[in-house]
Order: sequence, then structure tokens, then C-alpha cells
Amino acid sequence: MKVKVNVLKKQISPSHYLTFEYEGEPDDSVAKLLRYYNEEALSRGDEQIAWECGCMINKCGACAMRINGVPRLACSSFLYEYEEGKIILEPLSKFPHVKDLITDRSAVFEALKRVNVYHAGPVHQDEKNLESRFESASCLNCGCCLEVCPNFNSGQNYTGAVAAVNGYRIAAAADGKAQLKEMRKAYAKHYYEGCGISLACHDICPAGIPVEDLISRSNAALVWGRRV
Amino acid sequence: MDIISADNKIIIIGAGLAGLSAAITLAKEGVDSVLISSHPSERAQSVMAEGGINAALNTKGEGDSSEKHFEETFKAGRFIADEKAVREMTAAAPDVVKELESHGVCFNRDENGNIDLRNFGGQKYKRTAFAKSDSGKQIMTALIDEVRRLEVEGKVERLSSHDFVTLLFSDGDKQLVSSAADNADEISDRDKRRCTGALVRNRYTGETIKLIGSAVIMAVGGLHGLFENTTGSLTDTGEAAAELFRLGVTFADLEFIQYHPTTVSSGGKRMLISEAARGEGGRLFADTGKDRIYFMEEKYPELGNLMPRDVTSREIFFMRKKYPVYLDMSDLPEEIIDKKLAGLARDCAKYLKKDIKKEPVEVAPGIHYFMGGIYTGADHETEIKGLFAAGECCALYHGANRLGGNSLLGAVYGGKKAALSALRYANVKCTPYAYYEEPPVSPAGEITAVRRILSDVLGVVRNGEAMRAALQELESLSSKEADFARAFLQCALFREESRGAHFREDFPEERDEYRRRSIAKVVQGVSVDHPF
Repeated sequence: MKVKVNVLKKQISPSHYLTFEYEGEPDDSVAKLLRYYNEEALSRGDEQIAWECGCMINKCGACAMRINGVPRLACSSFLYEYEEGKIILEPLSKFPHVKDLITDRSAVFEALKRVNVYHAGPVHQDEKNLESRFESASCLNCGCCLEVCPNFNSGQNYTGAVAAVNGYRIAAAADGKAQLKEMRKAYAKHYYEGCGISLACHDICPAGIPVEDLISRSNAALVWGRRV
Repeated sequence: MDIISADNKIIIIGAGLAGLSAAITLAKEGVDSVLISSHPSERAQSVMAEGGINAALNTKGEGDSSEKHFEETFKAGRFIADEKAVREMTAAAPDVVKELESHGVCFNRDENGNIDLRNFGGQKYKRTAFAKSDSGKQIMTALIDEVRRLEVEGKVERLSSHDFVTLLFSDGDKQLVSSAADNADEISDRDKRRCTGALVRNRYTGETIKLIGSAVIMAVGGLHGLFENTTGSLTDTGEAAAELFRLGVTFADLEFIQYHPTTVSSGGKRMLISEAARGEGGRLFADTGKDRIYFMEEKYPELGNLMPRDVTSREIFFMRKKYPVYLDMSDLPEEIIDKKLAGLARDCAKYLKKDIKKEPVEVAPGIHYFMGGIYTGADHETEIKGLFAAGECCALYHGANRLGGNSLLGAVYGGKKAALSALRYANVKCTPYAYYEEPPVSPAGEITAVRRILSDVLGVVRNGEAMRAALQELESLSSKEADFARAFLQCALFREESRGAHFREDFPEERDEYRRRSIAKVVQGVSVDHPF
């Protein structure tokens, strides 16, 4: 299968799209395409495309980018999904741009600090919520859910869904409400009060986490003080 | 260049499992640390670990013990790992797993509510604690949560997106020797340099920082980037290790490269099919076109599909010369796949378009782990004072072949042990006179040649003639990676025997006179010291 690829090269002024053709199998991932381009560029002595990648199997969240306008992981986006043969690769737009397809996603990690996503006291492991805690701990911190969120802007106070998804495992394992006191205040201020409930975050998660479910569980625990 | 004096702090290079474990341990002991990494912890290779972590919790009524864990680890490593270190690690393993549980790791539970345990290769007892088949990710998330707390409390500073450039040294630190009186004799025989920090570069801004601390712990992962197509993360480039080798840091056991028996090609690299699949009952077979040969079960009646990885990989390698080899999980109860192998089933569906509940997966061995790495004592200190190593980059626990489930253990325990050992430097005031040597720039594209040369000859089966030719080919290359690659080949050539993961068709027997570790280091600039 042959695809025409446009990669936004933003570091050079003015920004421009690098265009090339790639011929591969329908099952090839966009990450494989980028690796191939860069290996060829290296052997030609040409400039490579700057992007971040790690595991290549949907486990580390490094390769998040906009693919035909949708935030996805390059390693789990395949050529057969782009039947028209056109692929446009652009960096995520909600985070400070670094180079080509690389953005600085520190805001994701700062958000988790801001809503106290850590155990402030002893951990109580309850088998009843093990599955949901497991889902919460599966978050890749890739930033795709923040990219589609109409309320999130990097550098501003609102943390986006990462706070609720990751906050759940902390809330659910707290050994008594007292240790959630500070977290509840931070959660209300930086997450709950800013969420417009668009739920755009739910379907976009590359890890397949049930985002909506974890948001409602986190709200129940951290806003309404219920056991979850 | 910014100079940051991290007064009395310990600098940790690498924020994967070993690095996080070290930072948490130091904080518990009241010592602050700086955690440097090219990518955030969330992107580290540790999140890719699947099968689980070994500890003789003995909750299955099988009579398991730490002593048996030690014996099986040491035997699988073909008796050349650091015996004292392995004994300490296996003894500590149950506490390590309980501590992980206390940090909130979502381990699977058995019918009695205990942490569930599964069978793993080379072990006769159920000893591997797991979180479905995403154990690494689940453990990492819990430790990242803990380090986040320490960050907020100001005990750990995370500098993600920073590449390691080189080490900083200072010499003649008398105060240091007196503070380490318990092993002053040992230290006086060591390398005269004292490691006091690292030069790091911000990947996003290009800014270089001279970071001066009281000691450095290297937790930079395996040497995957020196080879083509491994199961490892592309973030594990091996560049930091090559720089240490250039600086004269001693390495050990470089010829021992673990080929995982069951991998598949995906995305231009190898994808792992976790040993958990066989631990839960998956079976290997060769397809002759007419029959299935369950070759592992026929040849090894006791452990069958769960022989140690070196043995299983070799058997698959030779069988594949005649017939394709498959891993069949279709007979496993659906509940087992959903509750214990969900991640593996998801990966196979996404990347191979295979429903493991219905059809077998064709597999082949692929590079998965490096038993070799930085040479340290059982205390994780290198021959350079103040320089420690932990995790996959440190050669200590696994000898000639690692048991599945011991890498996560080695990373958590090793990080902890290195941190505790590094405490003896924590009260030594930082020197303002740290010096460094600017590393040479490697010729563009040379790493591609290094990867091809090493991958071609350091396979599951090796022979002297091909390795000598490869060594010759490396002579035309000048990068530090090529110098490091020479050490791999010299170790592999010198070891004229077959032991663990190192199998030579020209020397197929294990020989007693080689029951020792291979040591390699740069002497006088470029040449590599004689192994052993």
C-alpha cells in the first residue's frame, strides 16, 4: 500500500510540510513509517524527522501526535486505517512545541502533582476495586485526552481528565478520608470546577481506559466523599 | 553552561524502575536526589515488562523458600553470577514485593486474597507475582506516584528530557576515604578517580548543565541500542554505557545476551510474547505440516515449555531450521486469558491480528535482555569511587542467563541496594573542582554499522570464525560505540565454551576453567583489556 505523508516541520520559519511517499504493508504502523524514513534520511545524509518513540507497542505513550487531525499514538495507528492514502502528521497543539513532532508534555506531569496524585498515608488494597485501580494505573500520560479537551490549555490551572483517571487509584486506596483532605480541595479546584463534561476524552484514550467511568468514580470519592 | 551544585545530593541517571527505587530509598534515609532521564519515567523500558516479579512468598503450599530461589537463579546463570549478591537479593525478595504492595501495586490476587503467583521458566515453584501481563507498567505507576510525593516534598528533583553526556570527576578526596572507613582498604586499591557528578544536556533546549553531587548512580537500562531489532525500548540506546566504557569504567559478562524464546516481528522491531503465556499453560509446538511436535515437553518432561530461556531459545532456534514453531494458548480457559493475560491478548490482536483464544502464534527467539553490563561489587559500587550502577545496566545477579521474573526484582532491589551503599558519600561536601573530558562526536551513521555487525554474529548460536571477521570489520570504525562493540566480541571470542546464553558451535560444551566472569575495560585509550 502506498501513502503520501505530510509531516509538519515547525522549527524552520516559516513552517512547512515535508512531503514524501511511503510504500509498505497495510499493517505497518505510522511509527514504523517514521523509523523507516529516518533510517533512509540518515543513510542519505538528510535531516531526520524529530519525534519521540519508545516501546512501539502502545505501552509508553511517547509517540503521541496528531494524525490527520486526531491525537493518537503513532505506534498503534496503521496504514490500513487511512484508505485514501494520505497521512498528515502534526505535533500536538496544546503543548509547547519543541521540534517537528515533539512537544513538551511536562504539563501532564505537573497536573498530577497539582491534584496530589500520590498516597498521603497508608495504602488500603481492596479487591473489590482492584480492576478499576488497575485501569487507573494503566494511564500512559500521553496527553491525547488533553489535546481533545475543550477546557484544557497547557500552562493554565485546569488539569483535564488525567487528574480524574489517575486520581482514582489514590482515592480508592486511601486508608480513611482524612488522608484525602488536601487532595479533595486540589481536585475540586483544578479539575472538577473546570470540567465542562464534554467527555471528548473518553473515546480518544489510546490505552482503552474507561475514562468516563473513572471520572465518575473519582468525582464520587473526591467531590462527594463516597467510598469507591 | 549552567553549573548546579547539588549539595550533598545523590545524582541518579535513569528514571526507570531501578532509578525510582534508588530515589525512594534515599529519601527514606533522609538524603535528597536528582533524577535525570532522557524521557520521563512513564516512557521508560520498565513499563514494558510483562510477566512478573519473583519472590518466594510460599503461599501455594509448595514448600518454596528464598534458598530455593537462590539455587534456581544461580543455577540458571550457570554459576558465574555474584553469589553473595544473588543470595542477598533472593532473601530480600519477599519484602521487596510486600513493599511494592504497600505502594499500591495492583497485583493479581488468589482465591485466599494473597498476592497470586504463577509459574515461570526455570523454576519449579509458583514464585512470580504479577499484575495480569502488565506487571512492569503497574509497578512503575505505583513507584512514580511515590516519587511524585517526594517531588512535592522537595526530596527528589526530576529532570526529565535530559541526556547524560559524561561523568564529572575529582581526585584525591581524603575526607571521602575517612568517611568510608569500613572499606577504606578496598577503595584505596580502586581507580583513583572519584565520581562527583554528571554533565547532562536538555534535549529540548540544548542547554548543558554541570551537575555536581556527592555520588552518581547509573540506572540507564540495557544495551539494546547497540543491536538491531530487540524487544527493548528504543529509548535504551546504550549511549550512556558506551560513554562509561570510553571513560574506563569496567564492564562484565558482555557476551551473555538473553534471547527470549517467544518473540514476533512487529513495527520494525521484536515484540515480546510474555513467558506468562507458558506459565499459564501455553504450549510450544513445531508444525511439520502433518503433525504437531511438542518438542519441549518431549525432551524436557519435568519443566517442559518452562525450561530456562537459554535452553528454550536454542531448542526453538534449531527446530526452526526444519519446521516453523508456534505458541498455542487456545486451550487455556477464557477466564485465565481475561484475568491474567489480558494485555498479551490485546497486543496480539492489535499488532498480529491474532485471537490467541483461537489460534497459535508463530514465534522465534529475539534479543530481550543483557545480563552483561557495568561491573560492580555486591554493594553496586564500580571500581570508580562514588560511581554506582543498578538495574539492567549493572551485571551482577543474572550470570550467563537470567530467569524470567528476576529482572524486575533485580531493578527494584538493585536500586535500593545501590542507594544504601551510596549513603556513605552523602555527607561528603561537594567539590567545586569537578572536571570532565568532552566526549568525541561519533561519526554519523556509524551506529547502524555497529548494530549490523553485532547482530549478525552474536546470535543464539555463535562461532569463532564469524566473530573474528566481525572484529576485523569493526577496525574500520572509530566511534566509542564501535570500541564498546569490540569488547562484546572479545569477551565472546575469549570464552571458548558454551555457557548459558553464550552458545558456540565450535565449542559446544561448558568448561570448568571458564566458570568465571568476563571483564572488559579500556586501557591506554583504545585497546580492550584481556577478558577475565
